[in-house]
Amino acid sequence: MAKTDIGPPDYKTMLPPVIARNYGKWRYHEILKPGVLMHIAESGEALYTVRAGSPRLVSTEHIREICDMADQFCDGYLRFTSRHNIEFLLDDKDKVEPLIAELAKRNYPVGGTGHAISNIVHTQGWVHCHTPATDASGPVKALMDEIYEHFVTATLPNHVRIALACCLNMCGAVHCSDIAILGIHRTVPIPDNTRVPNICEIPSTVASCPTGAIRGDMKNKTVTVNPEKCMYCGNCYTVCPALPIADPENDGISIWVGGKVSNARSAPKFSKLAIPFLPNNPPRWPEVVDAVKNIIEVYATHARKHERVGEWIERVGWERFFTLTGIPFTDKHIDDFDMATETFRTSTQFKWG
Amino acid sequence: MAKSDTPLLDELEGGKWPSFVKDMKQAAEKNPMAKDLLHQLELSYKDKIGHWKHGGIVGVKGYGAGVIGRYSDRPDLFPNVQAFHTMRVNHPTGWFYKTDALRKLCDVWDKHGSGLTNMHGATGDVILLGTRTEHLQSCFDDLSDAGFDLGGSGSALRTPSACVGPGRCEWACVDSLDICYNITMSYQDKIHRPMFPYKFKIKVAACSNDCVASIARSDLSIIGTWKDNIQIDQKEVLAYAPAIDIQKEVCDLCPTKCMEWNGKELKIYDEDCTRCMHCINLMPKALRPGKERGATILIGGKAPILQGALLSWVIVPFMKMEPPYTELKDLIERIQDWWDEYGKSRERLGELIKRLGMRVFLRAVGLPAVPQMVKAPRTNPYVFFWPEEIKKEVK
Repeated sequence: MAKTDIGPPDYKTMLPPVIARNYGKWRYHEILKPGVLMHIAESGEALYTVRAGSPRLVSTEHIREICDMADQFCDGYLRFTSRHNIEFLLDDKDKVEPLIAELAKRNYPVGGTGHAISNIVHTQGWVHCHTPATDASGPVKALMDEIYEHFVTATLPNHVRIALACCLNMCGAVHCSDIAILGIHRTVPIPDNTRVPNICEIPSTVASCPTGAIRGDMKNKTVTVNPEKCMYCGNCYTVCPALPIADPENDGISIWVGGKVSNARSAPKFSKLAIPFLPNNPPRWPEVVDAVKNIIEVYATHARKHERVGEWIERVGWERFFTLTGIPFTDKHIDDFDMATETFRTSTQFKWG
Repeated sequence: MAKSDTPLLDELEGGKWPSFVKDMKQAAEKNPMAKDLLHQLELSYKDKIGHWKHGGIVGVKGYGAGVIGRYSDRPDLFPNVQAFHTMRVNHPTGWFYKTDALRKLCDVWDKHGSGLTNMHGATGDVILLGTRTEHLQSCFDDLSDAGFDLGGSGSALRTPSACVGPGRCEWACVDSLDICYNITMSYQDKIHRPMFPYKFKIKVAACSNDCVASIARSDLSIIGTWKDNIQIDQKEVLAYAPAIDIQKEVCDLCPTKCMEWNGKELKIYDEDCTRCMHCINLMPKALRPGKERGATILIGGKAPILQGALLSWVIVPFMKMEPPYTELKDLIERIQDWWDEYGKSRERLGELIKRLGMRVFLRAVGLPAVPQMVKAPRTNPYVFFWPEEIKKEVK
């Protein structure tokens, strides 16, 4: 039997020698060009990083190809970033351009640094999850193809973080991204009364509902869903397999904007609802791609230097955001959950649009 | 040429961004599981609905976590993904790899699984995407021989992750990699054997730029900071002046307006600085974090289910971070013990504190209330007092 509780390999055995030598003693860095970083240590030694995009869902063959390049140019050292990009770590400046040429030959985009749009943090979708309202890999590919130039250049007011989650479990970073794509349902789950008694624990199913829409039906050993209280979050299905909710025609995508996690200038912010619903339209989700591109373009035109999407919107006001983007404002944008009134405008300070 | 049987997915092979369909087809060439996955996904694109059955409880001997069971709802059409489980493998901290370690991982996965992976899952793990139940134990045995262990899943401590930290960043105020690795090794039992009311995540960011999004994506967020003055190199500030409009881009955007620039010298009133990192981000050669370094500990971050999304909030404004991190680990254990005792089933730590109140939480874990914990004091007068704070009635 296997040894257990050994934990991950010690990261210290994975560090390039130039990093091991200068660990914790870095003096400054510069972005030499999109996708290329230079870090200078107090010792004067330099570390060069070349960042390349990745689809995140990769084959072992793909990983071996990355390893081949790391062996050829980086003495066998590389890392992945918290946005799933690949970073090649070099101590020899003369190898940077040959590596970039090799990456170009093999169609790896180099970029994702500075005021750019880096990789999209995303989830499992129809590839592996049982609760999605949309796919993840497909919409990400469709969108990155269309905004590719923003990955390989850095011309925006600040970086724009985009994230996608295929349901509102929001695995990943959707609730705190500049622009977020979120799979949603719009129809009420129907209890399968033949299966609920056998495969579901009724009290935990009742407790799984944020709006109290589910009640136990003790006589029939099942549950009932009050359709007027259900907002289709799907959490009851997570807990009870006999409450399927997916609906091909009514599932789709909502778009959120203005979140951030860094503390630079303003405090971290949640993303807020911009578009309540767009259809699932595989394989290229054109409505979603167009909507995101529109938001990026309007932000790029109107935001001041260093303003994140959320900082720009809060400066000009949400009413201006809807006017400038041309996105219709609806009753769905107005919060009606816990603490909703905190989001209402309790002042006479507003613009006419 | 034969007509393609994946016409919808084929459309995602074109375009400039690297295509996951290309990777799936690559794996499908060699592996029948990957081939059926590709075709099941094509059916999902046609039907606009997922084709995975609900849940699945599988694992390896000795552990209650690390494997996500998955079964196809169309095993009649796709028998090779009838069972298609994910194994979460704990990544080396900071996602640093030597190629020989990565190749070993690929060899193990080609032998036992679909040949498809996610590099990486959002919590940080290597995701080995798709294998049969009967392969799980032998795959784990080989992973363990190759020096890798499984990560977390279920109501357990999930795989901790960290930013690149002192490995490659001049802003690192704490050794995020060492803290993360130390916690991971110390709490192996809590990662592998679910024992909590719900999941618990820890992320370590070495400065408040928070490059692992710890404030949004972990129940316990450790974020590096400093207590003394920002280190200024006036010569380097001047050198930035031609490229950066220091008044407009640095001083005017400072959230506390604690900086002055007279064209020659930059003055920072550090007592008013909230260490947001903006000025340091813009002029890394000229400005550096102070020398008295440690971390702010924040708590409660989570996604919306059940009662709305939470960002972590401050519980310890400043903690020194030196190995073996005894103060940090004592605090983590007190917090987890309290949550384990009082948390309801599937109640995240942030929701438990919301339900019982910070007052109760702070007393339980032995932390003093300080103004850094709030944006503002409460506005409602519904204030609880402890019984011992009240003069007893004289009968």
